[in-house]
Amino acid sequence: MNNIFVYLEIEDGIVGDVSLELLTKGRSLAKQLNCKLEAVAAGSKLDGIGAQVFPYGVDVLYLADDKRLFPYTSMPHTSLLVNLFKEEKPQIALMGATSIGRDLGPRVSSALFSGLTADCTSLEIGTYEDKKAGKVYENLLYQIRPAFGGNIVATIVNPDCRPQMATVREGVMKKEIKDAKFVGKTIKMDVSKYVADTDFVVEVIERHMEKSKLNIKGSPIIVSGGYGVGSADNFKLLHELAATLGGEVGASRAAVDAGFAEHERQIGQTGTTVRPKLYIACGISGQIQHIAGMQESAMIIAINNDPKAPINAIADYVITGTIEEVLPKMIKYYKKNSK
Amino acid sequence: MSFNIVVLAKQVPDTRNVGKDAMKADGTVNRAALAAIYNPEDLNALEQALRLKSKIKGATVHILTMGPARAAEIIRESMYRGADGGYLLSGREFAGSDTLATSYALACAIRKMGKIDLILCGRQAIDGDTAQVGPQVAEKLGLPQITYAEEILDLKDKKITVKRRLERGVEIVKGSLPMVITVNGSAPECRPRHAKLTMKYKRAATPTEKQEKGDDYTDFYDARPYLNITEWGVNDIEHDIQWLGLSGSPTKVKQIENVVFTAKESKRLTASDVEVEDLIKELIANHTIG
Repeated sequence: MNNIFVYLEIEDGIVGDVSLELLTKGRSLAKQLNCKLEAVAAGSKLDGIGAQVFPYGVDVLYLADDKRLFPYTSMPHTSLLVNLFKEEKPQIALMGATSIGRDLGPRVSSALFSGLTADCTSLEIGTYEDKKAGKVYENLLYQIRPAFGGNIVATIVNPDCRPQMATVREGVMKKEIKDAKFVGKTIKMDVSKYVADTDFVVEVIERHMEKSKLNIKGSPIIVSGGYGVGSADNFKLLHELAATLGGEVGASRAAVDAGFAEHERQIGQTGTTVRPKLYIACGISGQIQHIAGMQESAMIIAINNDPKAPINAIADYVITGTIEEVLPKMIKYYKKNSK
Repeated sequence: MSFNIVVLAKQVPDTRNVGKDAMKADGTVNRAALAAIYNPEDLNALEQALRLKSKIKGATVHILTMGPARAAEIIRESMYRGADGGYLLSGREFAGSDTLATSYALACAIRKMGKIDLILCGRQAIDGDTAQVGPQVAEKLGLPQITYAEEILDLKDKKITVKRRLERGVEIVKGSLPMVITVNGSAPECRPRHAKLTMKYKRAATPTEKQEKGDDYTDFYDARPYLNITEWGVNDIEHDIQWLGLSGSPTKVKQIENVVFTAKESKRLTASDVEVEDLIKELIANHTIG
């Protein structure tokens, strides 16, 4: 009762990074609230899940093993969580802001009449005072998220309804093993007690999941381009520099919307959050929504022909010049000096 | 045989062009200061609805939107592109709704419409980016859902086959109607306004709008029932007041902050060969690169 639950996303028997990141966050929230961290795995052939998640400090792991639960469909997974939550009454439930989590979360929250905040960028514990009702709530989950196109940051609370639900995008939280040898308790669920046969109304006929070929999140060096790069053709220069330095190419939302780069390269609140060793921002003006996704980079170089671009404020080095001028020089002098 | 489609649509502030007076002192959005537009992904949903309408004999497409009086604009906009009409759900009882209270109100309105075969809506709205209302309406109505639809591939004997666009792939799924389908921005764009339909419907109006025009127009509208946009208030739908508006919203906004980033002390360089080479040498020396 009153614990923190994380819904695990599983593909090919592997727990997704986003879930491990949430377990890491859940672990620290559980410590603060002095409660347990519990995880739910739903799918088939789940024998290997425990070994993957216990090192993150999972006290209790629920396994719902049924071949009908993979691939994911909305209603069976909803019923499983709704009925489990009715029994266990968690205070907090977290899931990834992914294709699955954003399909499942709202449905579960509606069935339980509990508030859900999508795409949180930070989760904290704190107090809330309802001045109208004259009530003070202790130990609520602050669900902090950008709103309104990233121009404001809102702190949302669910004072009266449980669980307090939130989704978080992959890469926003850090994943960190707590104790490699820790082993929690495993509970095998009787799926038929939680999910009705009539829930299986949508059938997956075909499925093509691509392993993401890109690993922007894990790349120590990112060369990123914005609308100011000017064209998909000019983006080739970024690819060349990234290849020379051993990095990846990222892009701002404006550049992706303009068709200069693929969607999966998008960095920012609505894309991936990155923390590389070096971030080279080319022709990026520095909209809040982009900065929020890269501001924790260890070093930032901004290349822009506008000396007043907002991104310059958070950059360690500001080079005023055009992409066509600066990038070839960087490639040339790296080749010359790196040997 | 009838086939009734409802498209859930929202008029949203254009958050892609936000000015300084966009927020009120209490932290809420000053919608009056922003251009109001048709939520982009709801237009993708409308296009899917119109495609089905042209394939299925006797199919109808109606818009349902919740919002202030001026939200009737997007119903008219839908009619210019081929929708049959629409419903505006409006009233102060709905104010302050979070996604759950919004979904409850929409679900009550859909129930009132009678036999509905398919509910389509955009994946998410650009003012909140939550993607919650579609699935929550489905849950409130006890219907199945298919999210992130890119294309409706087939519809036969009340079975619908849909291609879904996921973050890391594609799925083809099949389910039984009635259901809720949310449409992804990668689906085909909505067709433009049709000139004849725009002429035909440009005076379509809600009762409130007709009142503003005055009594002189009573006969005009009586003779043209197709110009009537239905307007429902809280008393037109069967509801439990506690699930509407603020009281029906489990989430509360504790605080709103403007986003500010701490500025660093930056080193300014020119694009000259010397300065670029010095920078590269420095980065190699401190092992940032190489």
